[in-house]
Amino acid sequence: MNALQMALADGMTITKRNALKIKRAPDLLGGVVLLPIVLVLLFAYVFGSMIDLPGMSYTEYLLPGIFVMTITTSAQITGYTLTLDLQKGIFDRFRTLPMSPSAVLTGQTFSDLITNVTSIVTMALVGLLVGWRIHTSPLEAALGFLVLLLFAYAFSWVTATVALALRTPEVFNNVATIVSLPLVFLSNAFVDSARLPGPLKVIAEWSPISTLIQGTRELFGNTSPAMPVPSAWPLQHAVPASILWSLVLLVVFVPLATRLYKRAVSQ
Amino acid sequence: MPDAIVAEGLVKKYGDVVALDGMELTVPEGTVFGLLGPNGAGKTTTVRILTTLLKPDAGHAKVAGFDVVRDARRLRAHIGVSGQYAAVDDHLTGAENLEMVGRLYHLGVKRAKQRARELLERFDLTEAGDRPVQGYSGGMRRRLDLAGALVVSPPVLFLDEPTTGLDPRARASLWDVISELVTAGTTVLLTTQYMEEADRLADRIGVVDHGHVIALGTADELKDQVGGDRIELSVTSAADLETVRWTLAPLAVGDMQFDATALRATIPVTGGAAALTTALGHLAAERITVLDAGLRRPTLDDVFLTLTGHEADEKIKETVR
Repeated sequence: MNALQMALADGMTITKRNALKIKRAPDLLGGVVLLPIVLVLLFAYVFGSMIDLPGMSYTEYLLPGIFVMTITTSAQITGYTLTLDLQKGIFDRFRTLPMSPSAVLTGQTFSDLITNVTSIVTMALVGLLVGWRIHTSPLEAALGFLVLLLFAYAFSWVTATVALALRTPEVFNNVATIVSLPLVFLSNAFVDSARLPGPLKVIAEWSPISTLIQGTRELFGNTSPAMPVPSAWPLQHAVPASILWSLVLLVVFVPLATRLYKRAVSQ
Repeated sequence: MPDAIVAEGLVKKYGDVVALDGMELTVPEGTVFGLLGPNGAGKTTTVRILTTLLKPDAGHAKVAGFDVVRDARRLRAHIGVSGQYAAVDDHLTGAENLEMVGRLYHLGVKRAKQRARELLERFDLTEAGDRPVQGYSGGMRRRLDLAGALVVSPPVLFLDEPTTGLDPRARASLWDVISELVTAGTTVLLTTQYMEEADRLADRIGVVDHGHVIALGTADELKDQVGGDRIELSVTSAADLETVRWTLAPLAVGDMQFDATALRATIPVTGGAAALTTALGHLAAERITVLDAGLRRPTLDDVFLTLTGHEADEKIKETVR
């Protein structure tokens, strides 16, 4: 077996391990399936009934925002699970085995990709029930889901990096919540970023989260000519910019997480 | 007989704390070496270096012929490790845990499954094998962890405090399993805080304190090193115990110990049975009623206290300086 085959095989073994863990741990499963359902229903009925948008239903505007909010939240499972594993002896066992050292992180992020697929499918189905529709070709729609998943995968590496730097589950959870809430709310997820005041508007329009949401809206056709796209460059080119953001995150955080992992486990 | 484990001059520092300070050890193939010492003596650090988890700051070591730093990757196929904290996944079943380890050793799916079943049976976990580990007792977890270390029948096995925290029955059953392995020819490096465990399992014992071996030998050799035998006797009153103290002082070759509540005295002597006869003669001359008297070999507890007590004093002087 060459190094690449070994890395893939070991990555799959760890993926399977994590997938089994998620299946057996009801608390994690709740976050992956139940929370997205609750979010879609709450936002669609509470805000959907209050807010009117020119030329389109608020539910259609909202759903891509909920998709993105959920994937940034469930990406935190990657980091949280890593901090839990760090506290047990399991990484020591892995490191005394003749396995590929990269497999722990690839396995972890792959299994979280599976949970993200589950979340997104759940949300899309519930979304269809509450009136969300795709108005584009199947190809564009498929690209929409792929762009979401690519970003989710890249974001898992970000939370892995943060987790390996912080190392304790409690600290990680606090930091993740404090950072991820403003990240999602300071975007175009729930409101039109063009109507935000001065500096908030600039932050929201240049946020990768806004870019991704705008890109997803375009690929699903959840836009309206009555709601012009802000002039910020990433929002004008939202689909390629979303893909670019994901690639940048991967290029920066994959090596960073790998280095921090090596440091965290060799003490 | 070639040596399965050789460590020379291992040093490991964590900031100002010296965890290992010139650790040396040699373990011939097919034997059990016991590393005996208190918490913080450097036992676990030694195991972590020998199992490629840590790099030493100085010194070098070879396990199964592979350098633990340079050949770390190749070495890993030849060792098994079972740690102080059972490294098993709570949400996975016993079988799934072992199968995962087998696949990470690249046994192939079918062989990994088969091996998992064999090991479950051998460690008396067949019935529990399909239940998540969450519901296992401490002893079952340790057995599963040990089984994980044996997936490829490695020629060298590291057991870091394998029975710490277990109840006596679980400990005895784990000892049986380890004894069986040794009979099958596996080289074992065992760390423990329990003299009884080292006495029972190890061919040779290294007493560790402050990051290096301070005494080395078989259990019997170590006991000899502490000097001769122990006379133990009990008397009927505190006054008699005091008489014993001054009457027998000339016979003692080390510190005598007195237990005022139990009215017992322990006197280290040389000369075996003859010394006991002499002592009883002296006491009879003083008209002391001796309730019970006996001669025993020193236990590893005696060894341990004598050796580490001395060493601890020296360390204090060093830190004061």
